[in-house]
Amino acid sequence: MDKIRASLLKKSVATKIERRGKILSLSCLALIIVVVFLIFYFVASRGLATFFENHINLWQFLSGTQWNPGTTGTNGQPAVGALPMIVGSFLITILSALIATPFAIGTAVFMTEISPKRGAQILRPVTELLVGIPSVVYGFIGLQVVVPFVRNTFGGSGYGILSGTFVLFVMILPTVTSMSADALNAVPRYYREASLALGATRWQTIYKVVLRAAIPGMLTAIVFGMARAFGEALAVQMVIGNATLLPQNLVSPASTLTSILTMGIGNTVMGSLQNNALWSLAMILLLMSLVFNLVIRYIGRKGKLNNER
Amino acid sequence: MKKSRVIQLLGLILIGVLVGFGYHNRTQTNAGESITAVGSTALQPLVEAAGEQYSTEHTGVFINVQGGGSGTGLSQIQSGAVAIGNSDIFAEEQSGIDASKLKDHRVAVVGIAPIINKKTGVTNLTKAQLIKIFTGKITNWKAVGGKNLPIVLINRAQGSGTRKTFESYALDGRKSADSQEQDSSGLARSIVASTPGAISYVAFSYLDSSVATVTVDGVKPTEANVRNNHWKIWSYEHLYTGLHPNQLTNKFINYILSTAVQKKLVKQLGYISVHDMQVQRSATGKISTVK
Repeated sequence: MDKIRASLLKKSVATKIERRGKILSLSCLALIIVVVFLIFYFVASRGLATFFENHINLWQFLSGTQWNPGTTGTNGQPAVGALPMIVGSFLITILSALIATPFAIGTAVFMTEISPKRGAQILRPVTELLVGIPSVVYGFIGLQVVVPFVRNTFGGSGYGILSGTFVLFVMILPTVTSMSADALNAVPRYYREASLALGATRWQTIYKVVLRAAIPGMLTAIVFGMARAFGEALAVQMVIGNATLLPQNLVSPASTLTSILTMGIGNTVMGSLQNNALWSLAMILLLMSLVFNLVIRYIGRKGKLNNER
Repeated sequence: MKKSRVIQLLGLILIGVLVGFGYHNRTQTNAGESITAVGSTALQPLVEAAGEQYSTEHTGVFINVQGGGSGTGLSQIQSGAVAIGNSDIFAEEQSGIDASKLKDHRVAVVGIAPIINKKTGVTNLTKAQLIKIFTGKITNWKAVGGKNLPIVLINRAQGSGTRKTFESYALDGRKSADSQEQDSSGLARSIVASTPGAISYVAFSYLDSSVATVTVDGVKPTEANVRNNHWKIWSYEHLYTGLHPNQLTNKFINYILSTAVQKKLVKQLGYISVHDMQVQRSATGKISTVK
């Protein structure tokens, strides 16, 4: 009797193991959270120093067009206008997403609706292969192929938003494609069956039912692609020309937040204004990726509600 | 249950023994002497090669060389994180650096030459023309006797040592106009080679047949002209240390400055030996002859 009582009151081995596992996974989670917070803290503390220690006006930072942190600009303040980079980053992101989206959706529809077998056998491995190519390879191809092509076709020196857009288009295409395909696959089978039973053709089913039902998923895919385009540094840096000028047209040299960041960070001294200004750029990047993340979550939540209705 | 415990215990013991053995070995093979040099990518090849040679001649000593840029080198040596900070520029020229707390060792000289695309049809520029081109006042090669071709400026990144030197001594301290920027000499050269009408500047060691150089005021960019300062666009390569570097650091710097290294390695890698210079230049740009 006592033995049974004792064993009932004592924690069993299984409980102990479970608790150990819980602690282990919790501590892993805690570590990641701590790292994320430390990164945020570090970037913010350096990035905000531009405004609090060096007393740069935030509005001036966001709207100024002169970038040369070592010197003073026309208004007597250090020339830290980040507008050219911000405009460059957004232009290149939006343009490449605009071009990539139709291609990605077309490929995804082919892969899931029109020829699922060939899609699974050939197209999917190919797109996954494209994801794995390092960005420096894309950049190098851009430098050797895309830049001369743009120069000969559209004029200018070939370095600029357009070349960057072409390179990024190829880079984000596989991401958007495979995520769109997942979204299309997630549309329940009975949607298609119901539509076909009502007498709709395959095209009508795809266009009016499947694509509409998959909109939230595909939007997520596009935003994901945009987030990747926004954060891409190396490939863009090689083809965009890295001139801190407001882009006059698509073939004039421009720059992005990431390209100026990677180029400048080795040439500045920690704690100096030049360095802090670069950290401010990094902070903008971080905030933007946060925004992209929130947008993805928002779309995901809305999509869920729609499906349940 | 029991069996697995035993295996676990054995495993732990094994790991413990291996770690202990490794630790023991570490203290034997590495005499604990190593120094780290960080900074300028232009100087990195020389320090790396010299470090390797030094290590083979002195077993147990390691010279760890990393890039990162002149700014990184100077800030790391200022904070005391490394033994040597490599830099293309004087510490005085870099903002945020207290030069009085650092000791300067000039180990080599590099000449910097303007490079242009081969199809521009220009072989000589006056200094005034060079300045006008880089400040954006001349925008077509026609204006300096070349073909009717727009000029494409290609700068190095802001804060790059090569750019600072070029702006100080080729543009007489003027800032270059905003233009395309590239963060490495190799990339700048290949872009000049492939872009019609492009102009940039690289160290002598990067010159090759894919691009053309120009004479400035009739002076050719050669080593001989750098030695007697007829070619004015050159800079020192500095190894910066703290005011009281340790013994190994001192020995290594003396090794780089020794005739053996200066005569052979420095030349092989395309630098100009500091021993050959007939003039010297101070941080403020003052020129004086070496006796």
